[in-house]
Amino acid sequence: MLIFEHSRPGRRNYSQSPATPASKSKIPQNLLRKSPVLLPEVSEMDTVRHYTRLSQKNFSIDTEFYPLGSCTMKYNPRACNSLAMLPQYLSRHPLAPEDTGQGFLACMYELQETLKAVTGMAGVSLTPMAGAQGELIGVMMIRAYHESRGDFARTEIIVPDAAHGTNPATAVMCGFKVVEIATDKEGNVDLDALKAAVGPQTAGLMLTNPSTLGVFEKNVAEMSRVVHQVGGLLYYDGANLNAVLGKVKPGDMGFDVIHINLHKTFSTPHGGGGPGSAPVGVAERLLPFMPIPIVAKEGNAYRWITEKDKPQSIGRLSAHMGNAGVLLRAYIYIRLLGMHGMHRISEFATLNANYLMAELSKAGFEIAYPTRRASHEFIVTMKDIKDKTGVTAMNLAKRLLDKGYHAPTTYFPMLVPECLLIEPAETESKETLDAFVKSMKEILQEIELQPDMVKGAPHTMPVRKLDDVKAARELDLAWKPSA
Amino acid sequence: MPFIPHTQEDIAEMLASIGAKTIEELFDEIPKDLISGELTGVPPGLSEMEITRLMMERAGQDGLYQNFIGAGAYEHHIPAAVWQITTRGEFYSSYTPYQAEASQGTLQLLYEYQTMMASLTGMDVSNASMYDGATALAEAALMAVRSHKTSRRILIPQTVHPIYRQVVRAIVSNQKIEVVELPFCTDCGQILPESLANSVHEEFAALVIPQPNFFGVLEQVDALTDWAHSKNALAIGVVNPTALALLTPPGEWGSKGADIAVGEGQPLGIPLSSGGPYFGFMACKNELVRQMPGRIIGRTTDLDNKEGFVLTLQAREQHIRRSKATSNICTNQGLMVTAATIYMSLVGPEGLRRIAAQSHANTLELVEQLEKINGVKRTFTGPIFHEAALTLPVPVAKILSQLKQKGILGGLDLQGYYPELGNTLLVCATETKTAADLQNYAAALKQALS
Repeated sequence: MLIFEHSRPGRRNYSQSPATPASKSKIPQNLLRKSPVLLPEVSEMDTVRHYTRLSQKNFSIDTEFYPLGSCTMKYNPRACNSLAMLPQYLSRHPLAPEDTGQGFLACMYELQETLKAVTGMAGVSLTPMAGAQGELIGVMMIRAYHESRGDFARTEIIVPDAAHGTNPATAVMCGFKVVEIATDKEGNVDLDALKAAVGPQTAGLMLTNPSTLGVFEKNVAEMSRVVHQVGGLLYYDGANLNAVLGKVKPGDMGFDVIHINLHKTFSTPHGGGGPGSAPVGVAERLLPFMPIPIVAKEGNAYRWITEKDKPQSIGRLSAHMGNAGVLLRAYIYIRLLGMHGMHRISEFATLNANYLMAELSKAGFEIAYPTRRASHEFIVTMKDIKDKTGVTAMNLAKRLLDKGYHAPTTYFPMLVPECLLIEPAETESKETLDAFVKSMKEILQEIELQPDMVKGAPHTMPVRKLDDVKAARELDLAWKPSA
Repeated sequence: MPFIPHTQEDIAEMLASIGAKTIEELFDEIPKDLISGELTGVPPGLSEMEITRLMMERAGQDGLYQNFIGAGAYEHHIPAAVWQITTRGEFYSSYTPYQAEASQGTLQLLYEYQTMMASLTGMDVSNASMYDGATALAEAALMAVRSHKTSRRILIPQTVHPIYRQVVRAIVSNQKIEVVELPFCTDCGQILPESLANSVHEEFAALVIPQPNFFGVLEQVDALTDWAHSKNALAIGVVNPTALALLTPPGEWGSKGADIAVGEGQPLGIPLSSGGPYFGFMACKNELVRQMPGRIIGRTTDLDNKEGFVLTLQAREQHIRRSKATSNICTNQGLMVTAATIYMSLVGPEGLRRIAAQSHANTLELVEQLEKINGVKRTFTGPIFHEAALTLPVPVAKILSQLKQKGILGGLDLQGYYPELGNTLLVCATETKTAADLQNYAAALKQALS
């Protein structure tokens, strides 16, 4: 039932609305609204009950295991939320004077410094509001760098075929042509293809390392040399930073610009699809182009760095400083972990992934890159199973929902047929992983004995398989009251 | 180990299963020279008790003020239920609803949100949100250029929020789109529709129309919309959602209505929190839905013909279309929209109307009291919603600093944004201010100016 269907004309929450003002409105008659606003007229209790019930129709980290590859679904500590929601932080206006926000700015400054330390970059800006915006900002800085040197010939961005869809979409949004390069059978970027693709037209290469195939790009140093030699820059997509945090710094791998998904590695909540947050880090030569504002420390005081300090900045990409409240949560998480907690993240994420890979392999699942170490994630391919039984990766994913597990990432990366990209994250215990393997084994048996039942999954969710084709053909994007 | 549950025994068993001796060994594919040593520059870890102390100390340092700053981010009362429900783990810690069957809570909520926003803006459809108001406007500009086909020019009046103009410029310039700024009438604080014919001669893809504008002044939206349409261009409304409870929605502007409506969703239950996370909203006419960026939720049926909700029109999006997507946007601001939807349900149509009316009344009252002070006058003659520009007899910065000593954040100094306006202060009084607050402000300003 929709909230609108609970609505009754004239029902109101008197405690949630002020009295009608005594004075007369001075809004000109011709600008006044004539049509009603379709908001529900429901009691506070109806509202609380309705949305509490809706919440119960969701999977979440707090209720289920999410082996969701490339998404790093780790536990979101409660303290990060409650402390970021202290009244002083919540009530601070973004345009309030700097001296009324020194506590907040201190946190932001220290977050910048910590992110510099763990990534090996020379500067960090906290403004990007999501991974894709971090990418856009990164690629804009690459363009600004080339153009500042009078080089307008660099029209291409190179992207491996295993990259996230946001990489090519970002390059195009930034006005570049995308050149895709292939992956070899070991899961590495094809070096010869890269060498053939680079030239004076190359603005840069966007790379995720470890890659979305769940392996570390061993030739990264050589790739860096190849791209830099022709004058291009290297972009690090930090989507998989969780795998190497505290172990390898993108700066040491030769990257010129990176973004860090705080909602992955630094445990800020995914919130059902946002808000994200993706600070960008840059090497020395890109410092002048960073987006503003940035927090500076002068003596014991903090202040905003603006266009006055950075005249070559690519500018502002959000109305204020990005998703400040998300940044606060990441800051609290980092302080809880501290210097030794950083590398433990990647160590235990990697241990969990390799253990799960070993156990699933023993259980009879085919690993896409069996000779490689898993990073913090790995790929199972269902191609043989599909050929033999007709059961697809998506069928298995949906059946997992019935078993109380969120599905792994399916059909990404696109170059592995019938793939399941599995990432357990470091916060899961061995018992959870073992129980997951047990359920996966059960599904293997079900595929053998009752393939049609598996193909019809899920069976225990609030709804069964939904008709996507109908949704797109007979668009119903807003409820309308019956006439 | 914080947030890592492994016992020594677990570790030993897991390594044995893998066939490795140490955890270190699992990193053996990484070239040795890339492995970094101990992290310096990261402080040692704190316990929850210690970080609580630190964050409370810093919060105390920042303090609490009587806030009269608006300028795109507005203080409104937020019902307690909004964030108590929003931060339930099932909303807070859930993923993007790609697995529809396991995400019906989030998906249905987003469908309800789309319904509310489409109605509020008077449009046919709404997406599931953008990052913030400024980027929503930039995406609307890109959308207009995609749909226009022949012109790559966008007209933005200088009465649009100055930071929004900066953001739009930064984003659309990547695609060689020209942003032309239009002057406003410095007497009334509005764009004069009759002046446009003289100042604009070239073809353009869209005209941006703010309502209310950055100065809080109400624009002549009907004439502006009709003028844009007469030039074969789109009209993009950038609107305050609270104000829409009282004002004609963009979908009903002029004879045909604006084509796209965007804005900052923060006033709908989102705390000010130093600027974010907020959310941008975007709604449009049916004809443009396939040009719209971001996530869109549709209602459909399952195998048993039971109603359910899915992400739809995904063929526009980056994870399917890659380099041919309408935008690179992936994340929206799901949790903020969760809060906004609960907020709109709790206040209802009458509550939102009263919140808007009281904010309007409080600002009128504040302006009236301040105008009684010698040397203070309204900068513009145009009608206002819940914000007003005031001209002071002395530089604003000094006055604001004195008000701050009394615990009042007195508004925004426009010196940095509109130096040509001289000593101008932008003030806002929402429904959160009492009669005593307004008097207190007026008395403090009077004293500061004496």
